[in-house]
Amino acid sequence: MRSIAESDLGTPAVRSAKSVTLTIDGFAVDVAEGTSVLRAAATIGINIPKLCASDMLDAFGSCRLCLVQIEGMKGYPASCTTPVAAGMKVTTQNAKLGDLRRGVMELYISDHPLDCLTCTANGHCELQDMAGAVGLREVRYGYAGENHLDVKKDESNPYFTFDPSKCIVCSRCVRACEDVQGTFALTIQGRGFASKVAASQDESFLESECVSCGACVQACPTATLSEKSLIAMGQAEHSIVTTCAYCGVGCSFRAEMRGEQLVRMVPNKDGHANHGHSCVKGRFAIGYATHPDRITTPMIRAKISDPWREVSWEEAIGHVAAEFKRIQAKYGKFAIGGITSSRCTNEETYLVQKLVRAGFGNNNVDTCARVCHSPTGYGLKNTIGESAGTQDFDSVEQCDVILIIGANPTDAHPVFASQMKRRLREENGRGRAKLIIADPRRIDLVRTPHVVADHHLPLRPGTNVALLNSLAHVIVDEGLVDDAFVAARCEDEAFHKWKKFIAEPRNSPESMESATAVPAAQVRAAARLYATGGNAAIYYGLGVTEHAQGSTAVMAIANLAMLTGNIGRAGVGVNPLRGQNNVQGSCDMGSFPHEFPGYRHVSDDAVRASFEQAWGVNLLDEPGLRIPNMFDAALDGEFMGLYIEGEDIGQSDPNTQHVTAAMSAMECIVVQDLFLNETAKFAHVFLPGSSFLEKDGTFTNAERRVSPVRKVMRPPAGYADWEITQLISNAMGYAMNYTHASQIMDEIARLTPTFKGISFAKIDDLGSIQWPCNDAHPQGTPTMHVGEFVRGKGRFLVTEYVPTTERVNAKYPLILTTGRILSQYNVGAQTRRTENVQWHSEDILEIHPHDAEERGVKDGDWVGIHSRAGETVLHAKVSERMQPGIVYTTFHFPGSGANVITTENSDWATNCPEYKVTAVQVARVSQPSEWQKRHEANDRQQQELLEHAIPAK
Amino acid sequence: MSTDVYVSRDASALAVGAEATARAIATEAENRGIDMRIIRNGSRGMFWLEPLVEIVAPAGRIAYGPVRASDVPGLFDAGFVDGNAHALRLGAIEQNAFFSKQERLTFARVGVTDPLSTQDYEAHGGLRGMRRALGMGSADIVREVTESGLRGRGGAAFPAGIKWQTVQDTKSTQKYIVCNADEGDSGTFSDRMLMEGDPFVLIEGMTIAALAVGADRGYIYLRCEYPHAHAALKQAIASAYAAGWLGADVHGSGKRFDLEVRLGAGAYICGEETSLLESLEGRRGQIRFKPPLPAIKGLFGQPTVVNNVITFASVPIVLDKGAAFYRDFGLGRSRGTLPLQLAGNLKYCGLVEKAFGLTLRELLYDYGGGSATGRPIRAVQVGGPLGAYLPESQFDTPIDYEAFAAIGAMLGHGGIVAFDDSVDMAEQARFAMEFCAVESCGKCTPCRIGSTRGVEVIDRIIADKSRAGIDRGKNLALLSDLCDTLRHGSLCALGGLAPDPVRSAVQYFPEDFAPRTIA
Repeated sequence: MRSIAESDLGTPAVRSAKSVTLTIDGFAVDVAEGTSVLRAAATIGINIPKLCASDMLDAFGSCRLCLVQIEGMKGYPASCTTPVAAGMKVTTQNAKLGDLRRGVMELYISDHPLDCLTCTANGHCELQDMAGAVGLREVRYGYAGENHLDVKKDESNPYFTFDPSKCIVCSRCVRACEDVQGTFALTIQGRGFASKVAASQDESFLESECVSCGACVQACPTATLSEKSLIAMGQAEHSIVTTCAYCGVGCSFRAEMRGEQLVRMVPNKDGHANHGHSCVKGRFAIGYATHPDRITTPMIRAKISDPWREVSWEEAIGHVAAEFKRIQAKYGKFAIGGITSSRCTNEETYLVQKLVRAGFGNNNVDTCARVCHSPTGYGLKNTIGESAGTQDFDSVEQCDVILIIGANPTDAHPVFASQMKRRLREENGRGRAKLIIADPRRIDLVRTPHVVADHHLPLRPGTNVALLNSLAHVIVDEGLVDDAFVAARCEDEAFHKWKKFIAEPRNSPESMESATAVPAAQVRAAARLYATGGNAAIYYGLGVTEHAQGSTAVMAIANLAMLTGNIGRAGVGVNPLRGQNNVQGSCDMGSFPHEFPGYRHVSDDAVRASFEQAWGVNLLDEPGLRIPNMFDAALDGEFMGLYIEGEDIGQSDPNTQHVTAAMSAMECIVVQDLFLNETAKFAHVFLPGSSFLEKDGTFTNAERRVSPVRKVMRPPAGYADWEITQLISNAMGYAMNYTHASQIMDEIARLTPTFKGISFAKIDDLGSIQWPCNDAHPQGTPTMHVGEFVRGKGRFLVTEYVPTTERVNAKYPLILTTGRILSQYNVGAQTRRTENVQWHSEDILEIHPHDAEERGVKDGDWVGIHSRAGETVLHAKVSERMQPGIVYTTFHFPGSGANVITTENSDWATNCPEYKVTAVQVARVSQPSEWQKRHEANDRQQQELLEHAIPAK
Repeated sequence: MSTDVYVSRDASALAVGAEATARAIATEAENRGIDMRIIRNGSRGMFWLEPLVEIVAPAGRIAYGPVRASDVPGLFDAGFVDGNAHALRLGAIEQNAFFSKQERLTFARVGVTDPLSTQDYEAHGGLRGMRRALGMGSADIVREVTESGLRGRGGAAFPAGIKWQTVQDTKSTQKYIVCNADEGDSGTFSDRMLMEGDPFVLIEGMTIAALAVGADRGYIYLRCEYPHAHAALKQAIASAYAAGWLGADVHGSGKRFDLEVRLGAGAYICGEETSLLESLEGRRGQIRFKPPLPAIKGLFGQPTVVNNVITFASVPIVLDKGAAFYRDFGLGRSRGTLPLQLAGNLKYCGLVEKAFGLTLRELLYDYGGGSATGRPIRAVQVGGPLGAYLPESQFDTPIDYEAFAAIGAMLGHGGIVAFDDSVDMAEQARFAMEFCAVESCGKCTPCRIGSTRGVEVIDRIIADKSRAGIDRGKNLALLSDLCDTLRHGSLCALGGLAPDPVRSAVQYFPEDFAPRTIA
């Protein structure tokens, strides 16, 4: 069922400069050439009956309700499949058309249950609407004929049901699965009257290839595919546009509500990042917001072995302020700091860094981007001048060559992956886009229905720079450089220095083959394709950044784009796929110890002066502590207080045992979160935060798109996160007086040139805005670096390949690399508290059959994974997605201890951890690791301390 | 000196024992020390005479038939090697009245030559059209086809030249030639006979089409129920490649044309061109809406000529003898010849290639010899399972697309199925609707649900006959409305034409739908 707030124009909009004038029922209408008659009529408010047509799907022409008469054309053409023509005269209603439509409806209803009053779709059923629209008054066939009324319902999927007895075989679900999602899990099976929707090989939805994106549910015109929440609650009565709090795609949704009760999330067709599509997380995995694990009362305790004590907000805030002041008095003003989260809004992260800089009086603020995309910021800033992706998502529609390196979009950025897959399938005027994938694993995009990568470069983890350098070497070596672009747009001296470096034989694919293990001929072929295949765009993720040479790899990527002129227009560019919803935003908002909002260094006097003036305090010109520095300082006894908003360093940061030791050494850890997460188990104060449904603000996605987050229900503990930060600030003695999140954005806009034109009112007006938004670009900037780079001239930087010190040897002969899976998100705090666990209930170790055979490991065995940092135990899955010598796991479950084994190695420039390369040994074991046993005991103890929390007086 | 003997390899001959007959002849010749070459030709199209054996005797080609294996020793004894008398001796087949009155243009070689011999093909006029085409510009080829008046022989009768012109005019780096060989209409077999009896003419026709529109790849979409045609086509294509008639340099023209056969999977609907293209692309055989026309956006989204076997096979003679020669056959807008296929309750079933213009009655009686049972012919279905049932009063309708359209019927692919007066037309109407229900692809609502409801309504009408017809009027009205919905609402011709046999049965044979007189 489509959103209660959206109408449907029948067929997708057509982009055409030429317009055509025709007459429909005597009314003249002007539409783009290629538009369907159905849509043309809808644009002037003439709603031709339709059932198989939707403006999310290409016309199909099967229901035969939208038949019209057109002067000079014989018969009754379907208006959905008939394109407009100049001077066309269309009649949409007359007696004959009425008879035909009633005839068709009579057939539909002769095989449909008549339980409208108790049906889930009641009130928004298109079949019901059409029966009314055509004036069906009787079904002369009766209901005793052949029918599907007794076909069994499939309730296997945790989020939606499939009731074939209500199916009208319009194929909208099948087409949505194909055209919109690109999974091809659904099909029509059988023919004629026996035609039916089937998942995979006629399996249950849960067991099929279905990825539960819900596009089919949204497309269904009847109750055949219905959200279970809708069945349970009934129709929503209002809807509010907001933005998803999962990955960096930042999908726009309509939260459909009954009062404060969320009925369902429906992706917004007007959403600029997602165009009405979603994934299983954003649409369905929302139950965590109302999960009983939510903590709704502030709590404090003196020691982490004490039971929690529920307290009033006044007491909690007073305690935090007193403790932080005490620590600063005892250990100095640098002894406390704050960590912001990419899961919080721009306004909230802005406020935390403001609290730290202005309230705490130091620059000890960092964010979780430290452990994911900090190298992106560094690498792009230093080459092209801005710490952000260069394009919008829609740019992919104009790509000819897509190079994916270190990213797995179908799992981690599924909605964008669907858009990308469309471009990889479609045969438009340009032909389908070609695909190069550089990844140690055979990710889905290497081969998925109707998409096969043209080149898969299965490099060894840790050799991105070697590979990127050898790609660049080929382009220089074979004379494929866009000399005109380089000459006009890039620094001459830097380029020649780099060119001399890259041309050296040691950077050739032949030389680098020993490091990357990718055959040189493949690298050469891929380089040629990237350089000469038309518009070429690079999409990358944490497989690039989370390395000892993460920043170097980002620079190498920027070098490649500049070298081939693939930057500064639609269809090209450098596109970091951000892991979390607001990674871009939290970075933009100055959540770094060295940068103010807008990536301006704290040592910049003019910038600092502007903040000092606005905030009324003196600010430090020296960078503060990064997260790993905070841990080290804590262990040195110099860093004792930490305010953590919405982040779980206890699970997500590398070398867990080091992190927990550091946390144990601190005197006051304040965790502001929804749940008692891993970090909270080491906390002294717990401040119950608000979910994205419970507050106003903005998120900025991977394409620099600032989108609205809107309160649809009240926070159970009473406060939005920014309000809690404000309470702390006021208690610490630094006054903040915001009464609405929009005022925070107004302040951001005043102080940050790239945000100058942004306000809540403008976001509401435009739907979303891509920064920079300023006087030159009042509507925002979809494509950056057009005409000239943000830094003026692009700068090639020498990217010497330095092998990581984390190397395999006889003791640790395998490389462990980590990643994500579709159904789970990050540390899993949200998704583990939803039915998504049905797809992924534990982290498992993927191992190649050869490595498994050598170790006697079979599918499902317990295996111990040892590294230099620690040991953990997981179930094994023998998989040919891996290459021999490489094992893989995810990090969604705290007990998995994935980060017990990751080391403290990190990016040379930004300290981003080298999550993607850990030398390990794998062996069959029969019980959990020592760490896991300790973790479980500690977890049990902390849960008990929570359960036995002393209630507030 | 070796004696040549022709024994048909056509499926209709094989079905009645031609293989055993051929083996018996070989054995007998060997036993008798007679040097004999057995050539497996196509069928002459006189099925009541199969297995037909023709021996090249001193007096010419003498036919015997039907020859069972058990007849063979007797034939040798009678001296059939010399064309001597025997009870089965038919004389020269060309002089048989069924054959001699025909105008065999497209089927000129079928039954005459060795279908898999390139030499035989050339010796009997093959490649003459191609050679002329090679000397013409592509525009001239298309003009020749247009001027010949050749219309699509699959059933829709769309002018072939206009379709080719559209493909020629559509700019693309890739174009395709697709032959619709999914011959599924009841009572039709001309495509099969041609593919088994003269596959090179199809290859030649498709190659000329490729030259005309600038295509370099072709497919023959063949129904899987034609294994013999499949074998013949595969072998013929291989020989054509070997002879340089296909491949990178077709007849030394410097132009490439690759051709392959793809098998269908048993769906009638895949004979509809858009479903055929879907199937050829590897998808479910489902109708695509038009526009876009396949000529503009066809196979894999590229401009595609989709024509029936007979259409392509008629092109070489058009090019060989010129547009005017072909156009001079026929009448009105129906030019050239049509291979008509006589089937059902007729004395003489088989293939009659004849210029348009003869009447249905001539076909039924002068060629078909009246019913096989000897009873009066009561109804004839022309044009396959979706064609109207015609009563005796319409038998004087000339074989002409427009004349048939005028009486609510269609010539279609030229299949003619006759019924004698024992037929129950209510059952035939039900059969027609059931055919639609069984073969509906299920895409559009009228056909998907309507065909099943149609069967149910007809069943009620039939059941009603013994109940004094209480609801007869209501059900007939409902059936009429349903036919209207199907006709005007369906996405393709299957649903659109399914009402024709039903309505014609009700219209011409109302008594079969009336209640039985209660004694």
